[in-house]
Amino acid sequence: MSDLAVTAVRREAPMDHPLVQLTLVRFREFLREPEALFWVFVFPILLAAGLGIAFRNRPADVLPVAAVTRSLAEALGRDKLLNVRQLSASAAEEALRAGKISLLAEPGPGGAVVYRYDDTNPEGRTARMLADAAIQRAAGRADPVASSDRLVREPGSRYIDFLIPGLLGMNLMGSAIWGMGFAIVDARRKKLIKRLVATPMPRPYYLLSFLLSRLALLAIEVFAVAGFGYFVFGVPLRGSLASLAALCVLGSLAFSALGLLIASRVKTIEAASGLMNAIMMPMWIVSGVFFSAERFPAALQPVIQALPLTAVINALRANMLQGAGLAHLGPQMGVLGAWLVVCFALALKLFRWG
Amino acid sequence: MSSPLPGAALRVSHLRKAYKDVVAVDDLGLAVRPGECFGLLGPNGAGKTTTMEICEGLTPADSGDVELLGMRWISDAAELRQRLGIQLQETQLSDKLTVAETIRLFRSFFRRGPEPAEVIALVQLEEKRKARVGALSGGQKQRLALACALVGDPDLLFLDEPTTGLDPQARRQLWDLIERFKSAGRTILLTTHYMEEAERLCERVAIVDRGKTIAMGTPRELIASIGVEHLVEFSTGGSGRAFDAAPLTRLDGVRDVREDNGALRMQVTELHRAVPALLDELTRQGVPLTELRTHSASLEDVFVALTGRHLRDE
Repeated sequence: MSDLAVTAVRREAPMDHPLVQLTLVRFREFLREPEALFWVFVFPILLAAGLGIAFRNRPADVLPVAAVTRSLAEALGRDKLLNVRQLSASAAEEALRAGKISLLAEPGPGGAVVYRYDDTNPEGRTARMLADAAIQRAAGRADPVASSDRLVREPGSRYIDFLIPGLLGMNLMGSAIWGMGFAIVDARRKKLIKRLVATPMPRPYYLLSFLLSRLALLAIEVFAVAGFGYFVFGVPLRGSLASLAALCVLGSLAFSALGLLIASRVKTIEAASGLMNAIMMPMWIVSGVFFSAERFPAALQPVIQALPLTAVINALRANMLQGAGLAHLGPQMGVLGAWLVVCFALALKLFRWG
Repeated sequence: MSSPLPGAALRVSHLRKAYKDVVAVDDLGLAVRPGECFGLLGPNGAGKTTTMEICEGLTPADSGDVELLGMRWISDAAELRQRLGIQLQETQLSDKLTVAETIRLFRSFFRRGPEPAEVIALVQLEEKRKARVGALSGGQKQRLALACALVGDPDLLFLDEPTTGLDPQARRQLWDLIERFKSAGRTILLTTHYMEEAERLCERVAIVDRGKTIAMGTPRELIASIGVEHLVEFSTGGSGRAFDAAPLTRLDGVRDVREDNGALRMQVTELHRAVPALLDELTRQGVPLTELRTHSASLEDVFVALTGRHLRDE
């Protein structure tokens, strides 16, 4: 009976559970920081919008070229994929050097034509093929085989379709690492962690509150970026929403664990910021946010594929664009799970509470 | 409320803690009785904060024993956390939370204790209940820190330099709050390097220097122990004849006469006899008096007598 009486006195409202209060604090601190709101929600949308517009408005393959004589310009002008200007020799020279044109056609000795272009640039090589075909045809070459084109411009293979999963992955990484890292290092610097440890607060609750608030914010974040792609650019969501959500949660947890590890011992904001950038910058470059990670040499691929950002982006692309289910994303989920477990275990071991 | 405790509320013996090349606490011992306010008085770097943090279970000691409320950190950490109230020296609470949110967070960690609104009223922050912590003054922040230490209705309260950096008015306000907590019969361990704070709040003090307790007792006992009750300081007119201080040493109740920065400083036991005698001597020699000050011996004088240094080197 006496035990019951004691329990009754405690009158615990669910809102006054320490984990609830700690998580609420995380939300309040985040929502009362306008810069954080901008970087997490607004910036990725602005970036997607900017890049989406830049790449969508460029007609498929109209290449700017120039000719120095009228007859060459007319011959080139018959190909609709070439945008031809007639320029003086010096102006053409300068335009080529400045990259304003991909190719320059000049008359050579004995009625020949000289093409000047940069052969390391794919646009230069395409322009060379188109220009030569146009000039040969204008000079009377007949095609032995008749041909016609049927164009396929399906959502799922455009640049914006490639980009949105990349930005989503980048956002998952940035918000988890920055969100964990700065908040923890700031609290340590202000001796707030030490003050909390001096209360009966269960320590795992402190770390757990970061993960819980992260997951709640994650839902808003994913909706902002993927929803923007879906509604504005028609980027497909071919996989099930449940599998997409599961991937985002796993990815975010893996990055949060990495953020926790980064913040586990650092004492100053400057050091934390340097460390976070040093870890995230290489991944922004090699993990295929803006262009395919396959472009890097084969020797580097094992390392690149083992990075958490590469894993999350590859999985998101396969899920959103090809509709791959979780069963087909085993390797990527394995990579993310390994990062989650290893980083979290190390962080718990290294974490400096004082 | 807990049952009365046998013996000391806090007992520290042979405590030792060294950092790399500095010995912060060196064989320190003290005992705090239930219901008293005990002060650790000493200059910066004397080892006060390290001692506090070892008692608070935040820093491990190299050796020695700490017993709090009859318990020890090694076996009773969870129970101790519930029953201690702790205020650290340099905590900055989150600027973005309001006063009420901060108190509610800290309250959620404790099994029992007053309602958040009661604690806010206790530290007189009702009007600032919805204000962000970042917008509070230094004194208000210190009162909030005190409130965070009181939310668990502690049996033993640790206050590490609670008024450092505050203006005199804010300091007095905080003293009133601490006295109110004291009058409820709770035990307090307080560090300070303000002697007037120790004299006003503490029943007993330990003077700590270089990691050791060099004196322990009530402020009155400690002051009496140096055998001087009052100090008389005076200056004489610069023009005219020089004053001959030799006859003063022969006066009744004068223990020592010393020149200090152009002024003369006498240690006396009986003020009411020494001062008229001094005035007579000045008249006899025909030397004008330009300045006369007396004060009762303080803990500062005790520290000077014991170490030859001042508490605050300013």
